[in-house]
Order: sequence, then structure tokens, then C-alpha cells
Amino acid sequence: MRKQFVVTLESLLSEDKRITLLLGDIGVFGFHQAFEKYPERVYNIGILEQATIGLASGLAMLDLIPVVHTIAPFLVERSFEQLKIDFAYQKLGGNFISVGASYDYAALGCTHHCPGDVGILKTIPGMEIITPGTDKEFDSLFRQCYANGKPTYFRLSEKNNTESSEVHFGKANVIKKGTKATVIAIGTMLDLVLEATKDFDVTLLYYTTLAPFDSQTLKENSESGRILLCEPYYSGALSSNIVKALFPQKIIFDTLGVPCEFMENYGKAEEHDKYIGLTVENIKLRIKQLVYA
Amino acid sequence: MSINLHNLKKKIIKICTNAKEGHIPSALSILDIVWVLYDKILKIDSQNLEDPSRDYFILSKGHASLALYVVLIEKGFLNDEILENFGKFNSILGGHPSRNKVPGVEASTGSLGHGLPIAVGLALGLKIKQMNNRVFVMVGDGEANEGTVWEAALLAAHHKLSNLCCIVDYNHSTDRALLVGDLVSKFQSFGWEALTVDGHNQEEILKVLSVRPSSKPLAIVAETIKGKGFKIMENNPAWHHKFPTEEELKILLEE
Repeated sequence: MRKQFVVTLESLLSEDKRITLLLGDIGVFGFHQAFEKYPERVYNIGILEQATIGLASGLAMLDLIPVVHTIAPFLVERSFEQLKIDFAYQKLGGNFISVGASYDYAALGCTHHCPGDVGILKTIPGMEIITPGTDKEFDSLFRQCYANGKPTYFRLSEKNNTESSEVHFGKANVIKKGTKATVIAIGTMLDLVLEATKDFDVTLLYYTTLAPFDSQTLKENSESGRILLCEPYYSGALSSNIVKALFPQKIIFDTLGVPCEFMENYGKAEEHDKYIGLTVENIKLRIKQLVYA
Repeated sequence: MSINLHNLKKKIIKICTNAKEGHIPSALSILDIVWVLYDKILKIDSQNLEDPSRDYFILSKGHASLALYVVLIEKGFLNDEILENFGKFNSILGGHPSRNKVPGVEASTGSLGHGLPIAVGLALGLKIKQMNNRVFVMVGDGEANEGTVWEAALLAAHHKLSNLCCIVDYNHSTDRALLVGDLVSKFQSFGWEALTVDGHNQEEILKVLSVRPSSKPLAIVAETIKGKGFKIMENNPAWHHKFPTEEELKILLEE
């Protein structure tokens, strides 16, 4: 997705003179052509994330469209108050593009992990959260949203689903219909969930926009009242949305995602997936438990 | 020619007494500077607040908002009556200013360390747009404890933001916690032009605010007195967020 980010931004920088790109001293080589073509709107701003977000809000006050890019924990957790106040509270638009979703950078250790991003950003009123599942989905969702005047977080991952869906901002996709349960796959979880659900008579919903949450599609596709939420970050960030969307329907609800603990091993992200049970086998098991609960 | 701001000071004290809210000494510390900005320096039309060619002022130390409010009223940005509602449930005027509520307020501040980075963004954005407006921001010496102030100072110097002026209200309120020392030298070492001024001498304030360096941002370190004008408050930390009783109000108004 990172390469696609470069392609999408290079294209939009030429089309829209309001876009101003601020890189937190990462991705600089990838954007070398953009640096040459648009020196007044493409900056390697340095390693000072909090001031960068504040600076970006100043640009937004002048109707420029800031795009800030760095590694997830530094973009979200270090700069949280600037996102909350300088953008959301002040009602300014900007785009925040992270890399290193959850434990993508497994070998770098916990300082570079960020499975908490969706959960904490959901506490900011008006913050839009987007988790594309493929390069093409990122391109489409970014073009739909980048100039909408809202603060929008795009969570890029090293993982890519095999196939792209036609995605629309704020709208979930109904991948298949069934009767025994509804399984919700978020962003890059879709490949695993597709494989796990292929022999089950279940509905499969695919969400790439997490905030604002599409309650309507869930309501219309939860006849069984048995819901499994599969998230690639700290498990349960969307739980309150789901419970609220389905009230007063009685539901049996389970979640599968990253447990709230420091993942102190190194290695590869796939090894961590297995270690914490983000696997086809485990999803199948959880569906069985849900269906027969 | 200096203007006697005693009526504005009285207004601040009365409003705080009624509302039981507000930071009186902080407002009195900056009042002369804010007055000179709006009276002589800033090119802002109170009847055309969205004018893209206007100068910008951000009060980063938002808790001193009452000084900004009374000056905005005096200069015709706001009606005098709304001050009576300061701090009330439906008021547009809160303890910290909101850009989405108060005409003439450019940034919603309160959490310290946010205003200077925002001002750097405005100054950089104006440079990108090849516009000549100036951006002024005021921070406190306590606020200068925040790392974002110095992150933003690096950025402003690196990008040669000569359209940016940061005024430090150096009332020494942070001395009891963390000494920030010689701020002129600190800003100079970060690549800024830096000057010092008596923050209660309006003629001197006007002189330094009129300086516009050719390629560097400008820092003005204003030596001020917290609670200026009222002896029982001056440099007395007990008054930082305290509201006068009716009896104290009488004494203060007689002073």
C-alpha cells in the first residue's frame, strides 16, 4: 500500500494545487520525483510529529489540504492531542496516512507497534477512520475523501487482500449472504475471513470505513443475531458501534482480534498472527462456537 | 502615545467576579501587548474577518482570553453585551477562546504548546501561497516548557518564516517550577531574530512589533508583570485562577 500511496499522491499533487505533503522523514526516496516537481508543496518535515500536526492544521486554515505521513505510533499516539484539538475540535480537514499497522514491523519491537490506533482515534469526535484492504481500495477511498474538509486517518498495512472490492466511503460491502451468523471482516482481515467462511452458511460483511460506522448495512444483514467481529487491531474497538446499531435486537456477539498486551517477540507479522490466533482455523472455530452457542 | 487601559482592566476584573471564572493576572500581563497589536499593528478589518490578506493573531496562552475579548470588543469585533455572559452555558465566550464561536479568534487554544506550531503552519502556508500577511502568536513563559514550542521554533527558522512573530509573555510564572532562562539567547540559537521589550511600555512594544526581519522569524521576549496594575495581584500566584469577592472587587476598583 505504501507504493500505491506514492502513486496516488503523485497523481493528485499534479491535479490539486491545494495538497501539501508532509513526510516525517520516512518515504522520502519514494517521493523523490514529487520533491523535484513540487518543492513548495512537498516537505520532509523532520521527526517532530506533534508540531507537524499543529503545522498541518495551520495549513488547513488557509484552505490547503495537508497530507501527513509517518509510522502509526508516532502519527497517532504521539500526536493524539494535536489530532484531537488542532484538527477535530477546530473543525479542520486533513489526511493522516500511517504505515506499520499493528505489528507489521514485528522485528522492530513494541515501540513500533500500534494496534491501539483505531480504538483511540474513535474517541475523537468527527475523526474519520479508513482501513483499506488493498492498494486499489486505498486509491479509491483516498480520492473519495481527501478533500472533504474532515480529519481522516488512513491505516496502511504491509498486508494486502488478494482481490479488491468496489469500496465506497462510509459504506460496508455485503460479500455474501447466509443464515446462521454474520461475520464482519475489517480491512486486511478479509482474506482470512473469506477462506474461513467458505464452508459456512453465514453472512460476510466487509468494512473499510470504520468511522463513521455504517450501522444500516449491519442492521439489514444481522437476521441471525449471531455476530463475529474480526479486527486486525486491538480486539473490540467497534463493539459499541455494533451493540448500538443492533439495539434492541438480542444478539450473541464475539470478537476476534489482537489481544491488549505488548507483543514482545520479534520475527514476522505472520508469526504473531499465528501466536495470537488470527488464523483461518481459529476463525472457523469461533464461527462454530457462535453458531452452536 | 500610550493609551490608559484602566477601563479594560476594570472590565476584566468585574467580569471575572461575576462569572467566577477566568485568569485575571494572566490577562493583565498581556493586555498592553494585545492592545498595541490590534490598535496599531494587525491589518484586520473587523467587518471582513475572512479577508485572505488579513494578518493573523493566535493567543496560544488561551487562559488569558479575557484580555483578547475586551480588546476585540473595544475594536468592534464583538458586542459589549456578550461579555456579561462570559463562562455561561450558552455563551460564545469561554475561559479559553474558540475559533468556531468567537468572531476574530483564529485558533482554539487552551492546551499549551499548540499555538506556535499552528502559527508556523499559517506562516508556511502564506509563503506557499506567496502572500505577504504576517502571523503573530503569543505564548507564555510557562508554555515555553512545552517541547512543541521548540519543535516549532526549529521549523520556523528552517523554513525562513520571516512573516512569523512569536511574542513571549515572560511574566516569570514558571520560575517556581522550571527556569526557562534567557529566552532571547535561546531563540537566537534556534535561528531566530530575537528582541526584548518592556511588555507594559506601549511605545516600545510598537517599535519591536514593527520590526520585520528579511529572512528569519522574529521572537519578542516581553518582560511583563502578572497581574499588572493591581498591587495585591502582581506576581502573586494565589491569584492565578482566583476570583475577587465583592469586598476585594471594591478595593481593586479603587486602586
